Amino acid sequence: MIYRALGEFLILVGSLFLFLAGLGLLRMPDVYNRMQTGTKATTLGALSVIMGVGIYHPQWFFKTAIISLFILLTNPVSSHALARASHNKGIPLAKVSVLDRYAEDKEKGLKEGENDS
Amino acid sequence: MKVLVSTAVLFVLWVAMTGSFDPQELSVGLIVAAVISMIAPGVAGPEPKKWLQPKRYLYAFIYLFYFLYAMVKANLDVARRVISPRLPINPGIVKVKTRLKTHAGKLALANSITLTPGTLSVDVVGQYLYIHWIDVKSPEVEAATQEIVKGFERFLEVIFE
Repeated sequence: MIYRALGEFLILVGSLFLFLAGLGLLRMPDVYNRMQTGTKATTLGALSVIMGVGIYHPQWFFKTAIISLFILLTNPVSSHALARASHNKGIPLAKVSVLDRYAEDKEKGLKEGENDS
Repeated sequence: MKVLVSTAVLFVLWVAMTGSFDPQELSVGLIVAAVISMIAPGVAGPEPKKWLQPKRYLYAFIYLFYFLYAMVKANLDVARRVISPRLPINPGIVKVKTRLKTHAGKLALANSITLTPGTLSVDVVGQYLYIHWIDVKSPEVEAATQEIVKGFERFLEVIFE
């Protein structure tokens, strides 16, 4: 029964991280910082909940591992897309921000062609 | 060669996703994998011989643990910032340079950066990545590269290049 305890523990830890992600969304000053909590805390939260379920029901373990792998591959991609879209739309960084090299370089003109190297 | 490698890759993926070793499942999987590879041999990437070099798998295995460690550390760090009443953030977008050249390598690097200590990839232009950093330690390209990219690049260079 030790694996059941471990599974329950992981689910508990995961929900704690998901809670912190929600709290972060409320507290952070701008869209980019919100995305920080939205990607990181959510990934670990979701991963530990899913893996916890996999350990609680060992016959599902393999499938939950695959689900985790796909979350690891896809979650950051959506964050990139959102962050890039917000910046291109011109949503400003919070006042506490110290620098923005991306905006500086965009004024100089990014060499988009290099993307296809 | 290209077709064989991509068949093998797709077949392994099939077995992983169905999770069964029933001969019927396996034979259907093999046929489907072979047909897809003949129609689209590009699924295994532009240089399929990379799949046959065991050193890459060894590094990928080590990288998995290194990455999990970095990810847990990142989560604790961001969680600490969220709970702390003063909200100790010092954000900004920095520019870093990578030595990786393949698309797969850059994708893995950008994803790893997004999932680890307070950093979020915003855009990739050529050899440069723009990273939103929740706690900017150094605005210079060189120093930021050292801080954010080097740890991952060491492994990804062997896995993907």
